[in-house]
Amino acid sequence: MMDTYVKPLPKPTETSRPFWDAAKQHRLQLQHCGGCQSFIYYPRDRCPHCLSDQLEWRPVSGKGKVYSYTTVRRASVRSFADKPYVLAIVELNEGVRMTTNIEAPPETVRIGMPVTVLFDDVTPERTLVKFRPTS
Amino acid sequence: MSLKGKAAAIGIAELKPWKEPPAGVTPLKLMFQLTADALRDAGLEKRDLDGLLVGVPFADPGMIYPASLAEVLGINPRMLNVVDIGGASAAGMIWRAAAAIDAGLCNAVLCIVADLNKMGDQKVPVVSVQREFEAPYGNIGANCGYAMIANRHMYEYGTTPQQMAKVAVDQRKSAVKNPLAAFGDKLITIDDVLNSRVIVDPLHLFEIVSPCSGGSAVIVASPEIAKRAKQPPIWLLGAGEYANHASITYAPSITESPIKPAADTAFKMAGVERKDIDLVCPYDCYTITVLVTLEDAGFCKKGQGGPFAMEHDLSYAGDFPCNTHGGQLSFGQPGLGGGMSHVTEAIRQLMGRGEGRQVKDATLAFVNGNGGIMSEQVSLVLERR
Repeated sequence: MMDTYVKPLPKPTETSRPFWDAAKQHRLQLQHCGGCQSFIYYPRDRCPHCLSDQLEWRPVSGKGKVYSYTTVRRASVRSFADKPYVLAIVELNEGVRMTTNIEAPPETVRIGMPVTVLFDDVTPERTLVKFRPTS
Repeated sequence: MSLKGKAAAIGIAELKPWKEPPAGVTPLKLMFQLTADALRDAGLEKRDLDGLLVGVPFADPGMIYPASLAEVLGINPRMLNVVDIGGASAAGMIWRAAAAIDAGLCNAVLCIVADLNKMGDQKVPVVSVQREFEAPYGNIGANCGYAMIANRHMYEYGTTPQQMAKVAVDQRKSAVKNPLAAFGDKLITIDDVLNSRVIVDPLHLFEIVSPCSGGSAVIVASPEIAKRAKQPPIWLLGAGEYANHASITYAPSITESPIKPAADTAFKMAGVERKDIDLVCPYDCYTITVLVTLEDAGFCKKGQGGPFAMEHDLSYAGDFPCNTHGGQLSFGQPGLGGGMSHVTEAIRQLMGRGEGRQVKDATLAFVNGNGGIMSEQVSLVLERR
């Protein structure tokens, strides 16, 4: 039986709800700017590059590379102190970077390593977007 | 607009950081003491203070903090403000004070920070986007971000754990000569650093700043007041500030920081070269921070911070004196006072008050304040004439 989930959970806003709702359906989608053709992460009300409000949600590949990572051996907060975890910045093929976790043994993670999205249903209501090594 | 020579630091006060704060101490109590000490140091009266820049303590957060502090201290400022740029707040206060003085708004500005180490678990106030997109993955606090910077720096430039550790080792050589350093009791070796526990790969315990309690204050004054100050005035020659991200994930590069534009602005304003600098006081929340700062501030080539640290003696007695108070790594980090410790040390050295760790003939110093995860940057060039 799963213990109660004690780690912080995202609280979706009007702006970000489509991202989290898609994640719950195990789909990765990002905002795309019609003004300057950039993908955007995290979700915004306007494009941070050109301030256009012509944003639409587009499905993305869920493929990327590890830009950097760390294995957190001693977390600075109690809710993450249960075991070491790999915190990472993943650069998606679409160009944006995301803060995420890599689900793999820490000693196998490398910068530049190809990764694929993984949807972690941490609670019945909430799914986090994580990554695993591309097999 | 240039702030070159428009204002000078004329008095400082600093408390030895406590690992555990004594009972009954509050940030306001510390600020009272620091104000009195700084006024005495400068040879000014309380009525001379007409500007107030303050950092809001974690241990006593609240709005309208500057007016409340002014009321407690019994001063009537013509300018009062919170500076909220993380670890860069202290350095940021110095040029803001100079700008207010140059504009004719103030004559003597008190720049003050004090805090107690009571942050505890998950008490760091963060904005909503960080709660939503960082915290759920465990990107909480500063350790993780700097660890990812260090790993990427090692990947891009071949930086080694030994090179990072050398920063902590050399700064400790100065800390043992600083009676105010909280962690200045004994020298350490590179092996000591690398044998200390790994907290976040690749950073070891001795490469990570320790939160403490304490505070510090600097009085920045007009040329007219500086002339009658008790201490030799330390002039602001150049200042620069820059930021390009909050979370490190969204920085254009995690190994090339916004320090470059900040430092370039400061040096251009000052009209001096990197080689003219007698000592540097770069923010050192982690060892990797110092290497990146030395690179981006232009003291060595990009990516060569590691070899640079190995080739130079960074202690007060060395050929490249760096953080001669021990850095925050050895001095301790009393909240925003950690950032102020780099400012006070540069001023102290230029005033010739470095005591057992005095850098010989020091007339020009470079200070860098760093907020968040290599986010807000403030560079200062200071001079004793």
